[in-house]
Amino acid sequence: MDAKSNVDEIQDVVIRFSGDSGDGMQLTGSLFSDTAVFSGNDIVTFPDYPAEIRAPQGTVGGVSGFQVHIGSSQVLTSGDFADVLVAMNPAALKANTKWVKSGGTIILDKTSFTEKNIQRAGYVKDPIKESKLEDFNIIEAPISEITKNTLENSDLDNKSILRCKNMFALGIVCWLFNKDLDVAIDFLQNKFKKQPLVIEANKKVLEAGLNYAETIQAVERHRVAPAKIDKGIYRNINGNLATSWGFIAAAEKANLELFVGSYPITPATDILQNLSQRKDLGVKTFQAEDEIAAVCSAIGASFAGDLAITSTSGPGLALKTEGVGLAIMAELPLVIVDVQRGGPSTGLPTKTEQSDLFQALYGRSGESPLVVMAASTPSNCFNYAFEASKIALEHMVPVILLTDGYLAHGSEPWKIPSMKDFPEIHPPIAKEGEEYIPYKRDEKTLARKWAIPGTKGLEHTLGGLEKDENGDISYVPENHQVMSELREEKIKRVENYIPELKIEGNKDADLLVVGWGGTYGHLATAVKELNNEGKDVALAHFNYINPLPKNTGDVFSKFKKIIVCELNLGQFVNYLRIKLPEFKYEQFNKIQGLPFTVVELKDNVYKLLEDK
Amino acid sequence: MADNKTKLTFKDFKSKGDVKWCPGCGDHAILVSVQKAMADMNYKHEKFVSISGIGCSSRFPFYVNTYGFHTIHGRAGAIASGAKVANPRLSVWQITGDGDSLAIGGNHFIHEIRRNMDINIIMFNNQIYGLTKGQYSPTSPKGQVSVTSPYGTVEKPFQAGALVIGARGTFFARSMDNKVNLTAEVLEEAAKHDGASVVEVLQNCVIYNNGAHAYFSDKEHKEDRQLILHDGEPMIFGKERDKGLILDDSKLKVVKIGEDGITKDDILIHNAGLEYSGIHLMLATMEPPFPIALGVIRNVDDYTYANELAQQIKDVQAESKIKCVDDLLLSGKTWEVK
Repeated sequence: MDAKSNVDEIQDVVIRFSGDSGDGMQLTGSLFSDTAVFSGNDIVTFPDYPAEIRAPQGTVGGVSGFQVHIGSSQVLTSGDFADVLVAMNPAALKANTKWVKSGGTIILDKTSFTEKNIQRAGYVKDPIKESKLEDFNIIEAPISEITKNTLENSDLDNKSILRCKNMFALGIVCWLFNKDLDVAIDFLQNKFKKQPLVIEANKKVLEAGLNYAETIQAVERHRVAPAKIDKGIYRNINGNLATSWGFIAAAEKANLELFVGSYPITPATDILQNLSQRKDLGVKTFQAEDEIAAVCSAIGASFAGDLAITSTSGPGLALKTEGVGLAIMAELPLVIVDVQRGGPSTGLPTKTEQSDLFQALYGRSGESPLVVMAASTPSNCFNYAFEASKIALEHMVPVILLTDGYLAHGSEPWKIPSMKDFPEIHPPIAKEGEEYIPYKRDEKTLARKWAIPGTKGLEHTLGGLEKDENGDISYVPENHQVMSELREEKIKRVENYIPELKIEGNKDADLLVVGWGGTYGHLATAVKELNNEGKDVALAHFNYINPLPKNTGDVFSKFKKIIVCELNLGQFVNYLRIKLPEFKYEQFNKIQGLPFTVVELKDNVYKLLEDK
Repeated sequence: MADNKTKLTFKDFKSKGDVKWCPGCGDHAILVSVQKAMADMNYKHEKFVSISGIGCSSRFPFYVNTYGFHTIHGRAGAIASGAKVANPRLSVWQITGDGDSLAIGGNHFIHEIRRNMDINIIMFNNQIYGLTKGQYSPTSPKGQVSVTSPYGTVEKPFQAGALVIGARGTFFARSMDNKVNLTAEVLEEAAKHDGASVVEVLQNCVIYNNGAHAYFSDKEHKEDRQLILHDGEPMIFGKERDKGLILDDSKLKVVKIGEDGITKDDILIHNAGLEYSGIHLMLATMEPPFPIALGVIRNVDDYTYANELAQQIKDVQAESKIKCVDDLLLSGKTWEVK
């Protein structure tokens, strides 16, 4: 039978690439993702890798995975379970079997299933021979062996030859899903410009993988049709890149220079890296000696008139605490991005979680309110980084923007916006010649004015001590009360400048699912699927947490039951219990360092729908 | 380095508020020296920024009429670095103490020096925590009795100069609070220096550590116990100007001119601009029976962080096709859905 005629159209498919941390699975996964988007599919990706750069070879602890969900219609999650798993060694199989759908396909590198590797992975006996995998369609491909044979006459050394084996796996998967190799080849040619031998070898192996799949014809071939997507120019973007670029966009719209004071920390490091590449747009990145210096340098830059930001993750935010308090007291604009990871302490550095919410809201000395907001998809990190900067600058407040490991490293196609569609940002900068009173406030926002050093006649001193309106140190008891209340009220009034909370799904439902931040894709998919099944459920997803959207109480009052779903032990739900105590909240919490699955979300909703 | 020159006097830098240091505190004299030095620099008044941490000395920004920022304990160096990078045209002065910069802020201190941030750092060293009422500091001599060391400290103190040189500092000077003119003189040198300039001012805390520097400032013996360095001049000191330093067996040695055949020509000539820091380190760490070295000990030209960064930005901008955010968003791999 002609291979091409044997192609089955499917709606969507989830593919998981897995191997040793050194096997190049992240690259293989992202190359396949790029291939899929270029052929018009919608995608969401989810890299899942260990904290160790190279954990002991062949052990489960060292397995690195990359999951991609591709669809012919809008895709909002990286998929609960994989239709296809690529496992480059026994450990990868062991770690990932539970993530494969029953009846799914597992492609193994048979060459790597040696006795030693099988034992290292923690199997007592060969799992293939044990027929523990009978629920799956197993393709035993001698990936390493064919890779070696293919390159037997090349001038590369043995190690470099074996390094090409990920391309073999990519070749197989490209054939299975009817994708051509152009994107991958194009990438290889750019990446190894100066090493033609390496380009040639990888290309050969890639083609060998494709030919192998075509020859064995072990599985049905699938095609995921292009998704119907809005017209426009698109690019693939992950959360950290979108966040980084959102800040540059805000600086441009505010007509300010961008200063980034950061210290490397997983999973936030990309933000510093991305921004350090943008010297062409005048971005000043300062890799500080520690997290404290990172936030403090940003505060200094803000004092001196830049749009100043600092990026970090949970433990880093803990170190920045005192500095953030100073920014609150001095009333300087500042954005702190916390790319949340599993905690506490070092916790699960490469895994996702939403457990820094309380730290963001409350983790400082004294009465120290600030704005807390959260992005909810990889690409809207751009919008929320922009919005966080706008609020910080126009209201003269620090803003904590929460993203998470899932958003940070997950990617999706993004319709590239035009900067003319974004609003100008107007920070209240004091001008030469005007009478300057450091803590005199705008009537509406309560923002004080920003007098930038170098401006003639506006000399003043800021500080962390309590002060009066003139900026003079004041220990007067009543003044402290007034100033504390003003700082609180100033944050509250931000509610007048943020959008109202929207409801998705069945608006007449009795049950409201509530979420915030990076879980949007899973919650929206679950609610959509439930609606399609005829279940009456609605979704309210929060991007603004402090202050909450003004209509939150109105929205909640329309529902009989509210379930708050989050990746922690119940921080947002308890915050809501403080802010809106008149409602009763159910909660569903998961804290495994993993995103929700749509299945488990639906199961929890079914339960609530049942007990009426 | 700040630009745009204009004529100012030290009165332009007096703040309207009251100075609230203890009567007799050495800080008062240092304040006058700084105001003098600022006026003599001939920069525009609005270009001056003073940034401090926490401690007695750190109240300084409230007492000098410039843009000011009284921040948090130990962090002035990081905050000043951010301000300088944000606007390299500012003349940034960091006011700190021995506790603020060498204990809680030690990390920021060594890194701003290593980066050669163009900041004038004035460290008031009184060898005690004054604001918290008398605990020993990282510069308190071993054995010092304080409220947290009632039986004497068991710690080895920091030598500020050694730390600065160890962090690859390009400028280190030392003065004493009661030497108003010398302090102003070295501060001017510090301000002129492109890069991190550290001026250690030995300061007397009348309340909690009175007389900490008395050995060196003692009226009777000060000429014999202080070596005031001048670039290009021999290292001569003493009431009779008859003592000097020579190198003997790779170590400094005090000699008397006219004894053992020593003449003025044998005395070491001070070269603050010498890149090699060996002699500077020896001078900065001299302890009795040697005299204490005052004046500019080290003053070496080197590249500075903010200038390098500004230049790098210029260079990259000249080469890059990306000129605005729209260009950036459309750069790299994109595709069109029609």
